[in-house]
Amino acid sequence: MEVTLNHFLFVSGLLFAIGLAGVLVRRNVIVIFMCLELMLSAANLSLVAFSRFNLTPSGDADYNAQVFLFFIITVAAAEVAVGLAIIVALYRAKQTTDVTQINTMKN
Amino acid sequence: MEQAEVMLDLLFYIFSALTVIGALGVIVNKNPVTSAFCLIAAFIGLAALFIQLDAYLVGIIQILVYGGAVMVLFLFIIMLMDLPSEERRKFGWGAVAGGILVGCVFVVQLVRVLGDYSAGSRVMQDLPDGVASDVEQIGKLMFTQYYFPVQVVGVLLLISTIGVIVLSKRELD
Repeated sequence: MEVTLNHFLFVSGLLFAIGLAGVLVRRNVIVIFMCLELMLSAANLSLVAFSRFNLTPSGDADYNAQVFLFFIITVAAAEVAVGLAIIVALYRAKQTTDVTQINTMKN
Repeated sequence: MEQAEVMLDLLFYIFSALTVIGALGVIVNKNPVTSAFCLIAAFIGLAALFIQLDAYLVGIIQILVYGGAVMVLFLFIIMLMDLPSEERRKFGWGAVAGGILVGCVFVVQLVRVLGDYSAGSRVMQDLPDGVASDVEQIGKLMFTQYYFPVQVVGVLLLISTIGVIVLSKRELD
């Protein structure tokens, strides 16, 4: 069976679903953050797949999508740095990374 | 030619399996360090899929930034936090059932949507010969049409650097 656009979109959606399930299932805030990164990368895969399969009139791939992806990866790197700094600050304040223990704003 | 296409399809399935199994490994392993290494495997499989889609620059950046920098940062934070003492905590079964349910609903919906999407059945066309490589075309776009966004992203990185320093500084009291 030849690989089509749907194959790539399905893998992308499957990765997103796994990341979503991980965010709901896990309690460790670091693993939740990893699952968020996974969901972001899954979206990247569908972006690249569309760029490769929707060719421009000259027959070349649509490189605007890949420039966009470059920005996404840059912003994601900045997001990881800030997010992990917040997690470290949280751990220093609460001595835990379990999201069920961090309930100051509950009630 | 025929054999090369079969090989490409086989490679697609191999690397998709690597990516999906790595992603599953992230959420089933209780030890955060194992989760991090599974995530590295998933990112490497994803980079291989990018390269199969002729996005060489993006694939290399995926390995360098995600597989390298981001995951080193994750492992470094895990190392700082002495986590193995917390791994014996068991899962909440309500959360597990809810996560599996939401994931399954998402996959069912995905299958329905992709089944109706007629443009999705197109196969990969060869890129034309003699045009500039992807690195050259992306570079050209970034320094002409997307010049202002590149500058804005530079400012964003500066702000996030300052933010991280402010957040991780100990309070002086």
